[in-house]
Amino acid sequence: MATDVHRPVNPKADQTAQATQAVRANGTVQAAQAVHVEGLTRSFDGRAVIDRLQLDVRPGEFVALLGRSGCGKSTLLRILAGLDRDIEGTVLVPRRKAVAFQAPRLMPWKKVWRNVLLGLPGKPGRAVAEQALKEVGLEHRTDAWPKTLSGGEAQRASLARALVREPDLLLLDEPFGALDALTRIKAQRLVGELWQRRGCAVLLVTHDVEEAVLLADRVLVMDDGVIAHEQRIDIDRPRDITDPRFAELRAGLLERLGVDTAAEAA
Amino acid sequence: MSISHAPPSSAETDIPLKSNFENPPAVDVVPLLPTSSRRTRVPRWLRRTTGPVLLLILWQLLSSTGLLTADVLASPGRIAQVAGDLIADGSLPSAMGTSLQRVAGGLALGTVVGTGLALVSGLFRIGEDLVDAPVQMLRTVPFVGLIPLFIIWFGIGEAPKVAIITLGVTFPLYLNVYAGIRGVDSQLIEAGESLGLSRWGLVRHVVLPGALPGALTGLRYSLGIAWLALVFAEQVNADSGIGFLMVQARDFLRTDVIVVCLIVYAFLGLLADFIVRSLERLLLQWRPTFTGR
Repeated sequence: MATDVHRPVNPKADQTAQATQAVRANGTVQAAQAVHVEGLTRSFDGRAVIDRLQLDVRPGEFVALLGRSGCGKSTLLRILAGLDRDIEGTVLVPRRKAVAFQAPRLMPWKKVWRNVLLGLPGKPGRAVAEQALKEVGLEHRTDAWPKTLSGGEAQRASLARALVREPDLLLLDEPFGALDALTRIKAQRLVGELWQRRGCAVLLVTHDVEEAVLLADRVLVMDDGVIAHEQRIDIDRPRDITDPRFAELRAGLLERLGVDTAAEAA
Repeated sequence: MSISHAPPSSAETDIPLKSNFENPPAVDVVPLLPTSSRRTRVPRWLRRTTGPVLLLILWQLLSSTGLLTADVLASPGRIAQVAGDLIADGSLPSAMGTSLQRVAGGLALGTVVGTGLALVSGLFRIGEDLVDAPVQMLRTVPFVGLIPLFIIWFGIGEAPKVAIITLGVTFPLYLNVYAGIRGVDSQLIEAGESLGLSRWGLVRHVVLPGALPGALTGLRYSLGIAWLALVFAEQVNADSGIGFLMVQARDFLRTDVIVVCLIVYAFLGLLADFIVRSLERLLLQWRPTFTGR
């Protein structure tokens, strides 16, 4: 199945536990988990937003993180991105990771292709950027100033900037939140395709249940600073939102999030 | 309910059909001219120059009728003639050269000092603690008031003049560059961090380009103040330069020379503004909001 092609490693549940032990024993290298978080706590003014959280993400796994606003899901993503180090607990993440934020956050004073190459080690040539932009269908805007891009184009440029780093972990912080409905559908499809091609682990923070069920292997619901609920999504790809199983999963997750879906389910 | 417009099908039968394609009736046709072709009588630039020219003519008339004496204000014709003479005998070009040199020196020094201090206090917290408070205090001192002190310190040569311009230039640059650095979008800095930029990389690729619009605004203020400082510095104690020419002219009641010098100041100010505009066009082309074509 297309679902499994991208996975270089697919350990079973018991192997996972052993591998985690190995990581802890020898420190940094050759982890069997793309992300391993244990006992993570992050407090703001004494209030624990993340409270002894556990999380494991396998290499190549697509995980969606749902939660009400303010539940700490963006904080968790920032911690995994290395942008917030004010933490307690164990956090293991791949050396090569990349983030795409809700706002594209392109440097307005650098042309699109220079934005894509920004921060890359060595002196990669323009061709590298062009290749990445082509992958997201933005090769015709290589030389544009970021402020002349449309919302969808800017978000794709941001995605190209993340992918050019060839990350083992791609962190997406509500990357489709600011897009209009049609652009969002295209962008979601693009992310799905890129993930299948690249085979990197993805952590997608979102508040859109449908998006989570559409893209992820596993959906996590965060509440009270911990992963309160976990839901595997075993529907074959490409997924059809009219599939009854899809509706069922969606309803179940919405209920978990405290949204009453009785009217819709009926 | 009443329907005011009957469906066309019922009405059509009453109206005689005029579709005589072999012999169409003549229609009275009027050409609609584009607005541009109707307004070509007086070009805009000509209309805009009319006002100043009329003013000049009025001035000349007042002067030639004797209502405006040369002691109060020389006539435009006289001023043009004097300007020609001053250029011909080389006194105006040499005075301009001296003044330009002073401004350039003061501007260069002030830019280095102002930008340098702003970088120190903008980029480092310890720099801010050490630099910002004293600079903010000094800023409130009217720099022109320091001329006597500068003369005591630096004598009456070029040094006090350059120093006063430097001082005038430093503060607006400091304030704007500092504000520019601190105003850089923290989201962009975070994005830069997530892309693996080092501290220096962040400064080079994110902070400094982000502070550039502010810096250029500061440069504009600074240039304006540089000319102001020059006028003060040259009129207090000078033996060369445009200000000196003016002081000399004042002693001989030569209003014509004074006006020529004022025009030169204005011209130099315009030139400086043009340079900053060009710099902005070159450095800020990424801003779609930039409209100064």
